[in-house]
Amino acid sequence: MFGSFLKTSQVKSPWLMHFDCGSCNGCDIETLACLTPVYDVERFGIINVGNPRHADVLVVTGTVNKRNAVILKNIYDQMPSPKLVIAIGACGCSGGVFREAPNVLGGVDKVIPVDVYVPGCPAKPEAIMDAVVTGLGKLKGILEAS
Amino acid sequence: MARTVIPFGPQHPVLPEPIHLSLVVEDEKVVEALPTLGYVHRGLEMLAVKRDYNQMIQIVERVCGICSMIHSLCYCQGIEEMMGIEVPRRAKMLRVVWSELHRLHSHLLWLGLFADSFGFESLFMQLWKIRERVMDLNEATTGNRVIVSVNVVGGVRADLDESQIRWIKDTLVEVEASIKSLQSTIMNDSTVCKRTVGVGVLTKQAAYDLGAAGPMLRGSGVAQDMRQLKYAGFDEIAFEPIVETAGDCWARSTVRFRESLQSIDLVRQALDKLDGSELAVKVKGKPEGEVITRVEQPRGECLYYLKGNGTNNLERVRIRTPTFANIPPLAAILPGLDFADVPVVVLSIDPCISCTER
Repeated sequence: MFGSFLKTSQVKSPWLMHFDCGSCNGCDIETLACLTPVYDVERFGIINVGNPRHADVLVVTGTVNKRNAVILKNIYDQMPSPKLVIAIGACGCSGGVFREAPNVLGGVDKVIPVDVYVPGCPAKPEAIMDAVVTGLGKLKGILEAS
Repeated sequence: MARTVIPFGPQHPVLPEPIHLSLVVEDEKVVEALPTLGYVHRGLEMLAVKRDYNQMIQIVERVCGICSMIHSLCYCQGIEEMMGIEVPRRAKMLRVVWSELHRLHSHLLWLGLFADSFGFESLFMQLWKIRERVMDLNEATTGNRVIVSVNVVGGVRADLDESQIRWIKDTLVEVEASIKSLQSTIMNDSTVCKRTVGVGVLTKQAAYDLGAAGPMLRGSGVAQDMRQLKYAGFDEIAFEPIVETAGDCWARSTVRFRESLQSIDLVRQALDKLDGSELAVKVKGKPEGEVITRVEQPRGECLYYLKGNGTNNLERVRIRTPTFANIPPLAAILPGLDFADVPVVVLSIDPCISCTER
């Protein structure tokens, strides 16, 4: 019974953690803007948490560079399964305008598996919300299969 | 009690960006703070040799997403100075309009994050609600919310028509009224004052000696603002730097609060001074020589050093950003604080790590 409760609540009320992985701040503030009154993702039961051990969804903005690749991997490993990773912005998807910069490895998928990619430089709050909802569909599929 | 080292960051709920501080504490008191940087370093100054000088505008805009317009303004001014281009007056005034709108949204963003850092979440929500109005102005006039990409070498690429100017003015009246309605909360509320008054005091002499910049410097009583250099259209606009003398977190937040109201006034002045001249002049030739330009970002003085060698690519771009200047003063005020005050004081410098590390 507890298991089925967890399955429902993880999809109905996902806890989200945001990690800035070398972004220019553009996507970060758009992600934060999603939490504020005009967009307000909390009405979907989504809560922003600071601890990866509490999080179901990892939202990553920005490129991966040589230094923060380890941090990103650590954070991902600390999250309980099943988990969802959303890469936000052109940088998170592929490296964006910085892909040729000397310290940049590329997109988030160079280090951890990514479930949803959000294009845009920066991605709009509407697109980020849409990505979370799309990702939850995927999470639901994983939970039902397990 | 023995000394304990507490790691703060790189991933921390109060930090929107990764920075690591090793806080050495005795009981609840911080005795030493050692910052570690490099989590956002991309090395984009090096891209100058791979991209031509026009494409570099898109790169420098992405040094920092919050003040992107002001970064590209500084870069374009440098190239224009190098190539001897005189920018039309309308373009200069439009640059003031968008750079002040950026300052306005940046200060509202910071005030919100600052409120959040001491747990005042409803104030954070209110300020970000107001900020969305400013983002709407950016989106409607330039096509993008955050990275507006309006500057080109020789002028700007977007224009405002009469109806847009009227709409901006109408919206700013509402924004101004809603910011003013929060004034007593931000400046006088007892719960806010308990966390900010007398916390993290930076004296005038220390601010000057350690090379603080922007609201950090002005909050300590030094009247220095790069807009006094009269770049872009500021030569025709009445402007006085805003100064507070207390030097604590309260003074820094008050400076930013008053500057956000001042920005609204500057946008109005610039809109009134728009004339019928063209948007951009034609650019001929390649940049050659060396130049240093400075502008005032929301966080303080930003300096660009550009070196051209007569080809399409610049030889060197060097960017010095205000948060870099504000880290030594931060490291100086952290010792002696209560551990619970650290997030408030760290945020009070308005850290922009992506600027600092580029």
